[in-house]
Amino acid sequence: MRKTKLTRDSFHVFRANARNAYKQSEQRPSVLICAGTGCIAGGAMKIFENIKSECESRGLDVYVGLKHDTPEEKSLHIKMSGCHGFCEMGPLVHIEPMGIMYIHVKPEDCHEILEKTVLGGEIIDRLVYHLDGVAYPKQEDIPFYKGQHRVVLENCGRMDAEDIEEYVAKGGYAAFEKALFEMSDEEICKTIIDSGLRGRGGGGFPAGRKWDGARKQKTEQKYIVCNGDEGDPGAFMDRSIMEGNPHSVLEGMMIAGRAVGSDTGYIYVRAEYPLAVSRLKTAIEKAEKCGLLGDNIMGTDFSFHIHVNKGAGAFVCGEGSALTASIEGNRGMPRVKPPRTIEHGLWAAPTVLNNVETFANVSNIILNGAEWYHNLGTKSSPGTKAFALTGNVVNTGLIEVPMGTTIREVVFDIGGGIPNGKKFKAVQIGGPSGGCCCASEEHLNLPLDFDSLKSIGAMIGSGGLVVMDEDTCMVETARFFMEFTQKESCGKCVPCREGTKRMLEILNRIVNNEGCLEDLDLLEELSETITSTALCGLGQSACKPVQSTLKYFREEYLRHVVDHHCPICNKEKPHPVIDAEKCKGCGKCRKNCPMEAIEGTVKNPHTIDPKKCINCGACVGNCPFGAITAAEEG
Amino acid sequence: MAKGIMYIDGQRVPFDGEKNVLAVIRKAGIDMPTFCYYSELSVFGACRMCVVEDEKGKIDASCSMEPRDGMKIRTNTARLLKHRRMILELMLASHCRDCTTCEKSGECHLQELALRFGVRKVRFADTRPQYELDDSTHAIVRDPNKCILCGDCIRVCEEMQGMGILNFAHRGSDLQVTPAFNKKLSETSCVNCGQCAAACPTGAITVYNEIGRAWRALHNPNTRVVVQIAPAVRVAVGEAFGLEPGTNTLDKLVSTLKIMGADEVYDTTFGADLTVMEEAAEFLDRLKKGGPFPMFTSCCPAWIKYLEKENPKYLKNISSCKSPMQMFGAVLKDLYQKKDAEDGRTTFHIAIMPCTAKKVEAGRPEFRHDDVPDVDLVLTTQEVINMIKESGILFAEIEGESPDLPFGMGTGAAAIFGASGGVAEAVARRVVEDKSKNTLQAIQFSGVRGDDAIRAVSLPVGEHMVHIAVVHGLVNAKKLIADIEAGLEYYDLVEVMTCKTGCVGGAGQPHGLTPVKKQRAAGLYEADRAALIKRSERNPLVQEMLETTLKGRTHELLHVSYTGEKK
Amino acid sequence: MDERLKRVAEIAEEHHCAGANLIAIMQEIQSEFKYLSEQDLTLVAEKLGISTAKVYSVATFYENFSLEPKGKHIIKVCAGTACHVRKSGPIYDAIHDYLELKGKSKTSADGLFTLETVACLGACGLAPVMTIDGEVHAKMTPESAVELLKEIRAKESAE
Repeated sequence: MRKTKLTRDSFHVFRANARNAYKQSEQRPSVLICAGTGCIAGGAMKIFENIKSECESRGLDVYVGLKHDTPEEKSLHIKMSGCHGFCEMGPLVHIEPMGIMYIHVKPEDCHEILEKTVLGGEIIDRLVYHLDGVAYPKQEDIPFYKGQHRVVLENCGRMDAEDIEEYVAKGGYAAFEKALFEMSDEEICKTIIDSGLRGRGGGGFPAGRKWDGARKQKTEQKYIVCNGDEGDPGAFMDRSIMEGNPHSVLEGMMIAGRAVGSDTGYIYVRAEYPLAVSRLKTAIEKAEKCGLLGDNIMGTDFSFHIHVNKGAGAFVCGEGSALTASIEGNRGMPRVKPPRTIEHGLWAAPTVLNNVETFANVSNIILNGAEWYHNLGTKSSPGTKAFALTGNVVNTGLIEVPMGTTIREVVFDIGGGIPNGKKFKAVQIGGPSGGCCCASEEHLNLPLDFDSLKSIGAMIGSGGLVVMDEDTCMVETARFFMEFTQKESCGKCVPCREGTKRMLEILNRIVNNEGCLEDLDLLEELSETITSTALCGLGQSACKPVQSTLKYFREEYLRHVVDHHCPICNKEKPHPVIDAEKCKGCGKCRKNCPMEAIEGTVKNPHTIDPKKCINCGACVGNCPFGAITAAEEG
Repeated sequence: MAKGIMYIDGQRVPFDGEKNVLAVIRKAGIDMPTFCYYSELSVFGACRMCVVEDEKGKIDASCSMEPRDGMKIRTNTARLLKHRRMILELMLASHCRDCTTCEKSGECHLQELALRFGVRKVRFADTRPQYELDDSTHAIVRDPNKCILCGDCIRVCEEMQGMGILNFAHRGSDLQVTPAFNKKLSETSCVNCGQCAAACPTGAITVYNEIGRAWRALHNPNTRVVVQIAPAVRVAVGEAFGLEPGTNTLDKLVSTLKIMGADEVYDTTFGADLTVMEEAAEFLDRLKKGGPFPMFTSCCPAWIKYLEKENPKYLKNISSCKSPMQMFGAVLKDLYQKKDAEDGRTTFHIAIMPCTAKKVEAGRPEFRHDDVPDVDLVLTTQEVINMIKESGILFAEIEGESPDLPFGMGTGAAAIFGASGGVAEAVARRVVEDKSKNTLQAIQFSGVRGDDAIRAVSLPVGEHMVHIAVVHGLVNAKKLIADIEAGLEYYDLVEVMTCKTGCVGGAGQPHGLTPVKKQRAAGLYEADRAALIKRSERNPLVQEMLETTLKGRTHELLHVSYTGEKK
Repeated sequence: MDERLKRVAEIAEEHHCAGANLIAIMQEIQSEFKYLSEQDLTLVAEKLGISTAKVYSVATFYENFSLEPKGKHIIKVCAGTACHVRKSGPIYDAIHDYLELKGKSKTSADGLFTLETVACLGACGLAPVMTIDGEVHAKMTPESAVELLKEIRAKESAE
């Protein structure tokens, strides 16, 4: 591949052309198919193929990516966009310029979509989002989106992630250009400091102070590392950004490189995100081809190269020093600090380590200024924050709200509340390192920001937000998180390695109603030691789910250890039933039942004795006539 | 390096260049407990025993805190004691608790701290998996059931010896310390230096125990037990009996061993003088023939094992001399054949060594004749200490006696074999032509003695200027080879000792850190200073033997060719 | 040297035999041969000039590396929070039973399937999810999961 030598002038020409082409394509009909992991899993690729072949069979000139100077009226633009965030409703298809969003699209809908909507301008009501009998054909009207304020995610669902031209047309790399030509390294750091941007990875450390600290190090070699090892179960904000707007991450890293005097960046992405890896690699390749990455960028003395490292399955690598150890080809075990990462990070060189969302915020701050950013969110936690809203909530998906939005707004306004008429019980924030907040009014009205959450023993973490309804046992939930932490402990320090193992043993005992009151004290004692003495941040916060549930849901623990009966865990499950009309009395189920719970004579309908049935399901799959149905849960 | 004043438990403690708060705390006279802190290795920070609390109540491990001027910390608050007890309880819950029958009982750090902190109950169920014991090397024994995963052995093996035989495997509560693919140590490139065992705070890695065999031989009336005692042993045994490190207890050892049942007790320095004679002759011969250079010394069996397993192309550079222990054994067994035939007893030769690798060396096929080993048994210093304790002899008070003759006499040059640089210095004394007192002093102060990992000196030998290097610690030996290969350095003669500080720091010695090892070396240099004969060629018994019994048989009895093995 | 080891050596060389690339090298070997054999790792250690114990140490640290041969099809059930809350546990159990896995074994006796869990695939909106050979299957139930495996098994035996 020949690399174009980019100058500032030729970049302006490149941008002007891109804008022009973008304007042209805006006038024409285009179909955006969400190509986030969620929608792809739902069949988005097939939809893309179908739309394409539908068009081709009509002789429509289909093009992918921006097309320059096309006078062709009868052409259609097909784009694979990043994640729209409304994963629950996927696969999602957008039709522009009408601004229509279709949900739950199936490959067989493509013909109709093209025929009626794209060519005919007609809305297919069946594919439109409905709530309480109201149809919402436009994305921006849907309550899920209405309550949001999208900065980082703004372009995620609107553009082709693999198209650098479109990114540039929408103002991409303008911040980098500004940082490169119009700002000194000190000014860049000052802007980030003044903006109040705090690391989005969990700790909430002011990003600008990190940058400035690294800037002041008098070492030739420095590194910029982007933490894309989004390991919290139930969090996928960073994945969506890397998939949907990879250039915004690159641009943030380049600006950081310029600010601290580094020429090399690494993005560490967890192995479970293959699409993010490939989108980032494509983006880097394209940026290199344009000359935006490489040596002496735009004729300056600033050079920058970015490498992508794939994780290999270790949650602990989300911890900074474990992550750099992993990039160096070692076991991802955290090391003791000091020295701090900004002095002694990757390969012992000063290193700026921020997460994906943090870097994705940078270009907007540089372009719009520190004050603009500071006016978003709250005073101590400026800006917006992306959350992955999941669990027992009507609208699961990716959201972005200003810091300080209350949990109530997120769960009930954006999330649409709890499905199936169940009652809300708790929200778990911050993954295995976070706590569980309870349903008290006070907590529901708690603003989502770094400091408010800390005050109740929770943390914002990377932004996983799991909603739990009344059917969730909080002891079981604490056990689940402890199992995760225990499995993912690196094993280096004694409190985390041995302590979490023992906590899990105790929690297993409690969940199985075999625990005793003393176990609760032991849990508390262990939590204190682990929290105070564990080596790394992950160990120190490993007990938060247990501590917070012990504090706010103690009665649920007591049900397990005193009553030895939990109304949620031990709820009688309905047994499978045999449909007497379908049953031909073949007796297969009777033979298969390990508990001899099925009675009946040959050629006569059989029945299940619920007292003997243990719900193993052996009969269900084996009925040749489909007469046995597993009872619905709940 | 930072300087200033810290406040530890209210005491004003000045610091000056201490690497971490832990070092300052210990300087202040507080014995802060640790498992994974080993001042000579990198800071690991895993055991969390050394936690301290600052004014704000924040708790952190002192091994990884930088001392700051004005810093105020507490080391024994109620919270800290509670956490330490909990950590110990957690460790014990995952640890074999057969303390009384453990090899390390009485020396175990976990046992000691559990006692100190009054951990009397373990509230967690015993869910330990059972691991197999590895005693495949006959030098060191690994019992993973007693491992507390502090990683000291891993860092010793990697940082001190550059071998990396042991490492962590798996993670979380499945974490283990193991050689690659869970192999036995004998199937790896392990050189048996035993430094992992020396560093291990518990009984997870111990020295292969052969005390039983020793007692059996001593108690067998048909066996003539003949003992040789290595130089480094005499300056370390006393440590276990309240004597200062470096105290020369050779005479005490002789009388003690006699009481315990040894028939004849000799001094390995006799073998060392033989080694000097042969090695010097070989070196001069190489100078004449033009190589191969560098000539590496051959006293250290771990070093030889390393070359065999990892770098066989240098085997030709190794001196063909057997080690002093094996020279001694070969000569003794040869001479005693007649004696055995005469009185119908069997000579059983025990060597007391500071070293675990010597146990393996004695078993090598090269050192067996008619399937009888020249050295029947190698006991480490620590094993002998245990035997003395078992016998109830009050070692500190016992009257000493001189080793027997004829093999009980060695020169000052031989005594210093036990310290890094000693072999090179002894050989240098032999090869220089000017034998005046001034020259001996010049050699002594040439830089051949000292602490530096690699020390180089140049001495005139005839018309040649001879370049000699001394290296200790296998990681440094590897570096020296790399430098030679890169053309950065050139040496004619290189003394290599696998263990840091040489044999005085061997893994068979009682536990001690570098300052103790240095005191032992000083004890050996003192023995040299006090010796009437300082040069090996002046040892009259060695001279006589070379001219009589050994005449024409030196190649057969004193030399060996290591052919190497495929790793 | 057999073909496999030749290829392993090639992969190491493509990564400049740099210690920092150890993880990437092992990832590539595994993607070609599905698991890392003792011979593979010993050769990698030699090529990279690091100890075998170090390579073994890194290989056993990361969940994704397998030192044992795997089944032809790899099933991963997501164990993330969202999937857990929406009952992914019974799915894993159903597959476990269907494949008749015993003890610590993760691969079915016929070598067709390997069952694993994965820490959050990030497809939480589609919970509970599982992947078969990297392809995501959304909103599974124990029944539909077993059904899928039956289909694959039928297809395999037809071939």
